[in-house]
Amino acid sequence: MEYLMGIKGKDFVMVCSDTSAAQQIITIKHDEDKIIPIDNHKLMATSGEPGDRVMFSEFIMANVRLYALRFGASLSTKAVANFTRSEMAKALRQKPYQTNLLIAGFDEGAGPSLYWMDYLATMHSMNIAGTGYGSYFVLSMFDKLWHRDLSQDEAFEMMKKGVVEVKARLVVAPSAFQVKVIDKDGTRLLGKL
Amino acid sequence: MSRYALAFVNINMLGPASSLCLLFKTWTALSARASMGTYISSQTVKKVIEINPYLLGTMAGGAADCQFWLRNLGMQCRLYELKNGHRITVKAASKLLANTLFGYKGMGLSMGTMIAGWDVGGPGLYYVDSDAQRTKGQIFSVGSGSLYAYGILDDGYNFDMEVEDAIELGQRSIYHATYRDAVSGGTVSVYHVTKDGWKKVRGADVGDLHYKYYPDADQHPTYGASPL
Repeated sequence: MEYLMGIKGKDFVMVCSDTSAAQQIITIKHDEDKIIPIDNHKLMATSGEPGDRVMFSEFIMANVRLYALRFGASLSTKAVANFTRSEMAKALRQKPYQTNLLIAGFDEGAGPSLYWMDYLATMHSMNIAGTGYGSYFVLSMFDKLWHRDLSQDEAFEMMKKGVVEVKARLVVAPSAFQVKVIDKDGTRLLGKL
Repeated sequence: MSRYALAFVNINMLGPASSLCLLFKTWTALSARASMGTYISSQTVKKVIEINPYLLGTMAGGAADCQFWLRNLGMQCRLYELKNGHRITVKAASKLLANTLFGYKGMGLSMGTMIAGWDVGGPGLYYVDSDAQRTKGQIFSVGSGSLYAYGILDDGYNFDMEVEDAIELGQRSIYHATYRDAVSGGTVSVYHVTKDGWKKVRGADVGDLHYKYYPDADQHPTYGASPL
C-alpha cells in the first residue's frame, strides 16, 4: 500500500515515498518514481489512483512551468500549493482526481515549506506529514523524534526508521522506498531504502 | 556489446544486456483464446494486435475495447507520421493511448495492454490499462493467467539472456499459465521485435506443448495423486 512521508527542517524539506506500482494484487514494478520535480526547487510526492496521479501532477507541473515562461518569474511554493489546491477543489465536484499529495519546496526568503493535501482538496502546511496506512505508525514516531533544529542527517535517519517500522508492522508493506531532499541547492535523491 | 530482449504474453517480458553497442532485440509471447461467458468462442484469436510494422499491442480484458482502441491508436500513430514525417516513439504512442483511456476513465472500459515496439531510441515496452495507468518496464504480464506466468518469468528471466532462451521462456511462461488458469488456453504466439520491426516467431498449440514438455504422464506433478 502506498506510503508518503515528509519532514520539514530548518533549511530543508525531505520526502519519502514507496516506489512500487501495483495492479490489483500484483506489483508490476519496483522502481516507479512518485516524487515529481515541479521545478528546480519544488517537489510533489504523489499517491492514489495510478492514472489520476500522473495526469494531475503532470497538469500542475506543466502549468507552473508555463507560468514561469510567460511571466519570467517562478511561483513560490505557497503559490503552487494554493494553485494545486484550487485545481483539486475545482475537479472535486466534476471529475475528482483521487490523488493525495505532499508538496515540498524551498524558497529564497521564505525558506522550506511542506504542504499536505488530500483528494478532497484539504490542505495544511506541516512540519511532518504523511499519507497511507504506513503513516499511522510513523506519524507518532516522527512526532516524538522531530525538533526544530533537525539536521538533514537526523531527518534521513528518521526516514530510515520509519521505513523499518512500516516493513515490520504493515501487512501490505511496499518493498522499496526512496528519499529525496530539497534545500537551497535544489533537489537531490538521497537514497533508496 | 549489448543486447536487448523482450517477450510478452497474456504476459510479457523484456530484457537487454550489458553496456554500449547496437544489438537489440525484442519479443512477445501470448496465449490466444477468446471466451463469451462460459463459451470458448475461439482458440486461435489474435491477441497480439499489430498496430504498425514497428508497434505491437497485446490484449487482455474486453476484446472489443482492446481491438477498437488499439486500431484507433494505429490511426493516431499514422496521422502522427504524416504530420511529422517520422515514426512515432513507443513512449509517445503509449501516452496517446493512456490519454485516450483517461478521457473514458470510469465509463466502463476494460483493457490491460502492453505496447511494445522499436523506435529511434531502441526497443520500448509500456504497460497501459483502462485506469489510465501507464508505466515503462522490462517485464510485464497481464491478464487472468498473469500471476502463473510471472512465476515462470521471474524465475527464468535475466537481462542478458539469449534470444532463443527468451523466446522459450516466454512460450513456457504462457504454457504454464494456460495449464493452471482455467480460462486461458489455445495458442501461444511469440513475436520478436528488432530494428527492422516485429516478426512472429512462434505459434504453438498449448495441447501440443503439454505433450512436448511432459511426454510421460508420470513425470507431471499432478500425476497419480490418489485420494486414498
